[in-house]
Amino acid sequence: MSGGADVTQVRVGESAAPPSRTGWRAVRALYSGNARIVVIRGLLATRTSNWVVVVSGFFEPVFFLLAMGVGLGTYIGDVELPGGEQVSYAAFIAPALLAVSAMNGAVYDSTWNVFFKLRFAKLYQTMLTTRLGPLDVALGEICYALLRGVAYAAGFLVVMQLMGLNGSWTALAALPAVVLIAFAFASVGMAVTSYMKTFQQMDWINFVMLPMFLFSATFYPITVYPEAIQWLIKVLPLWHAVELVRGLTLGVADTMTLVHVGYFLVMIGLGLVFATSRLRALFQD
Amino acid sequence: MPQTSPEPVIRARGLTKTYGAFTAVDAIDFDVAPGESFGLLGPNGAGKSTTMRMISAVSRRTAGELSVLGLDPETHGPEIRSQLGVVPQEDNLDTELTARDNLVLYGRYFGLSRAVCRERAEELLAFAQLQDKAGAKADDLSGGMKRRLTIARGLMNTPQIFMLDEPTTGLDPQARHVLWDRLFRLKEQGTTLVITTHYMDEAEQLCDRLIVVDKGSIMAEGSPAELIRRYSSREVLEVRFGSDRNAAAAEEVAAIGRLAERVEVLPDRLLVYTPDGEGALERVVERGLRPTTSLVRRSSLEDVFLRLTGRSLVD
Amino acid sequence: MTDDIRPGAGSATGAPTTGSTTGSPTTGAPTTGGSPTGGSTTDLDGAAYVERARIDTTRASDGTRLRVNALGVDEPLATRTAAALAGGVVPRRRGWWYVTESFVVQMRRYGGTLLVGAIGSPLLYLLGLGLGLAAVIDATVADGANGPVDYVTFVAPALLVTAGVSVTQEEFTYTVMGGFKWHKTFFAINASPVSPRQLLGGMVLAVTFRILLVTGVYYLAIVLFGAVDRPLLGALTVLTGALAALAFGLPLLAYSASLTEDKGQFALVQRFIFMPLFLFSGTFYPLTTLPVYLQWIGWISPVWHGAELGRVLSYGAPTPGRLVVVHVGVLVALAVVGGTIAGRTFTRRLR
Ligand SMILES: Nc1ncnc2c1ncn2[C@@H]1O[C@H](COP(=O)(O)OP(=O)(O)O)[C@@H](O)[C@H]1O
Ligand SMILES: [Mg+2]
Repeated sequence: MSGGADVTQVRVGESAAPPSRTGWRAVRALYSGNARIVVIRGLLATRTSNWVVVVSGFFEPVFFLLAMGVGLGTYIGDVELPGGEQVSYAAFIAPALLAVSAMNGAVYDSTWNVFFKLRFAKLYQTMLTTRLGPLDVALGEICYALLRGVAYAAGFLVVMQLMGLNGSWTALAALPAVVLIAFAFASVGMAVTSYMKTFQQMDWINFVMLPMFLFSATFYPITVYPEAIQWLIKVLPLWHAVELVRGLTLGVADTMTLVHVGYFLVMIGLGLVFATSRLRALFQD
Repeated sequence: MPQTSPEPVIRARGLTKTYGAFTAVDAIDFDVAPGESFGLLGPNGAGKSTTMRMISAVSRRTAGELSVLGLDPETHGPEIRSQLGVVPQEDNLDTELTARDNLVLYGRYFGLSRAVCRERAEELLAFAQLQDKAGAKADDLSGGMKRRLTIARGLMNTPQIFMLDEPTTGLDPQARHVLWDRLFRLKEQGTTLVITTHYMDEAEQLCDRLIVVDKGSIMAEGSPAELIRRYSSREVLEVRFGSDRNAAAAEEVAAIGRLAERVEVLPDRLLVYTPDGEGALERVVERGLRPTTSLVRRSSLEDVFLRLTGRSLVD
Repeated sequence: MTDDIRPGAGSATGAPTTGSTTGSPTTGAPTTGGSPTGGSTTDLDGAAYVERARIDTTRASDGTRLRVNALGVDEPLATRTAAALAGGVVPRRRGWWYVTESFVVQMRRYGGTLLVGAIGSPLLYLLGLGLGLAAVIDATVADGANGPVDYVTFVAPALLVTAGVSVTQEEFTYTVMGGFKWHKTFFAINASPVSPRQLLGGMVLAVTFRILLVTGVYYLAIVLFGAVDRPLLGALTVLTGALAALAFGLPLLAYSASLTEDKGQFALVQRFIFMPLFLFSGTFYPLTTLPVYLQWIGWISPVWHGAELGRVLSYGAPTPGRLVVVHVGVLVALAVVGGTIAGRTFTRRLR
């Protein structure tokens, strides 16, 4: 526990210090090519935890799909896409649920889980005093968070296929898309977490996630909103995630797909830069 | 007042606690007099905490009689607990509250008004030397501070009987002495103390009278001095010959006669129980034995325990 | 040297409200010669008794005052017994309330996020799931006393119940695990005169306050959205919602109290109990929309019973009177059974 207190003191004392070195040499100092070790540690930890809990994560979007897509679908009928195509309500929300669960899983693992380790488990300090650099740690944790997310997504795509909700072979590309989305959310989540000091502050993350979940064209087309609000939603990452996956599973992908991909690449870049510099500031300087 | 022995504030007869087939406390008898400082000395797992919990009316006895302040814990738990201060073996502070709030809120459970709670909290913070930390979260206190806060909390209701379960385990020597001083002061003012410990120096310092417990049974009872007189010699000579030669040397040492009342072989040394340590050492050397180190000391409760159980108190 | 003092005397923090102590502090006899059960000892006497103490001034030099028990070493046992009997009076009567107090103090510490959640989530859900979905739903979902009702009016009572239920998801899980295992604070309370059942009761009351805050604010939001046809009767959903929350929460509390180790059970409860009960309880459409083999989920779900009650109150859903009785009965039964089992479990773990 006293270690936990030390962490806080360091964190209170220093606001986000920018990376002290720039360029390739700086990256070399941060990254030793060993993120794998961190992933493996995470997997080993999972193996000893309750596997039922791990597996249970798969069911949440499936329940949502059955309750909303099938049940509520009887009152909604078909939904018209921006391009004019008509699809069943279940086929409309299934890709959105896939994107949402990628976001939820990645954010949970990169915020609550990482926060717990940062503050209580002293795990990172131990890791950073070995040859691992902060980037190994950050990448490793994020990759570990992704593995679970990808497994859930693959399962969910199979369910969608069985229910006949995939409109095209491009649905296969939804899997890498989910990885990209989860990676983006996880890296930003991790960066945000490194600024958090108390569990109460972690609650604010939920306050950001909830409106995104409800309003990002998840349960109905974005066109129900006035123009101004539509633009606001289009700035948020979950809308891009939903649209990206929906385009792929329904087979209506277009040039916007590239915009979505670009959005997440930028998100990943920013998240990694902040998470890494922050870890450096916390533990090494 | 006439000097008749006062009625005990705690009285146990055949007190027993079993967990399933396992007997944690095995039909023990003891009395605690008002104002007395009473100790339970024994190794881990002896049943000390279990006994403390039964007295504190938070654990039902399996058999036997128990009376605390003249009441049965079974039927008068709240009444008894209202007069008890309890310091558990493990600190159970509310880690998210400040030190002060820990005290104030705890006082409320005894029906004290808020004003009284606040007043006492300030006094006890001073008593525990925690004034500077009054506004700090309990979680951010050091181990010794947490312990002192737990002790202060146990005093919020000005208890008649103060129960301390291993109060100084994990504290540094200086913190222990500060604590002993505080407890001594309480005792001077007439508070009855019941203390468990596995440190014999603590038992010798704090306890007027104690019971030595092992595996749920009482091995001996008396004041520290009495116990030492009864179960040990006046002095102890400790000699080391090197691990491989201790056992062989033991027979030679025993042969020095009257001055070696008893010889114990420990893995690393021999303990020679003797009325005269220096004399015994001379005789050992006269016999041509050359110990690598030697030490003469007075008998302690550790020796009593070794004698009674054949085992060391602290491994 | 010791001084006999009355509570609060000689202190700067002000006199207590309990009045003066009668009887002689030095003999310490209880002020009424009542029966040992304390039946005739008045409240005031009990309180005054507890608050009496002596101050040790022998070491005033080091700046510490030590307040010790009013009874000196020489007091006879009968006096000590009487003191104990007096000391038990107030805690026996009001111990649960002190527990409530300290839980409320706890909650106030994260009051900010709590309030934002209580206000923010109804607004978001009513907007997102109520009005938003309404825009794409063509068919009529339900009828009220005056014909078809708006979709948002239909879902609002169910969302209110769900919000109440999710409070218990937090307070009756990790808080309980913390009390028994992580911080062991329940064992600290246990060493005071407060009994295990008082501890349980006090905790449930504090959480009920929080639930009422949530359902109350939710109802205000519902009124704001115009999602209620009969605002006065509808206000009762604040209470029925809280009842439904306890019908879910108390059995959950009984379960949490029985756990000795955290192996992720609460995540399972969230995913396999709370989620299905939320999703398949006629929250977003009438329960009869579901295939018959799934409808039982609603029948055993506090969310469904609570939502159906709320719909009767809020827009006069045509529910037969018999069924209303069943809804109330099921909710009360779940809460009572859960509370009873929780009471036993608390006693078992704390005695
Ligand atoms: N709740 C319990 N259930 C089962 N066994 C217990 C329980 N509490 C204590 N014991 C056992 O009783 C014995 C005595 O324990 P304890 O009173 O804590 O010993 P001490 O305080 O002397 O170290 C130990 O062997 C312990 O494992
Ligand atoms: Mg113990």
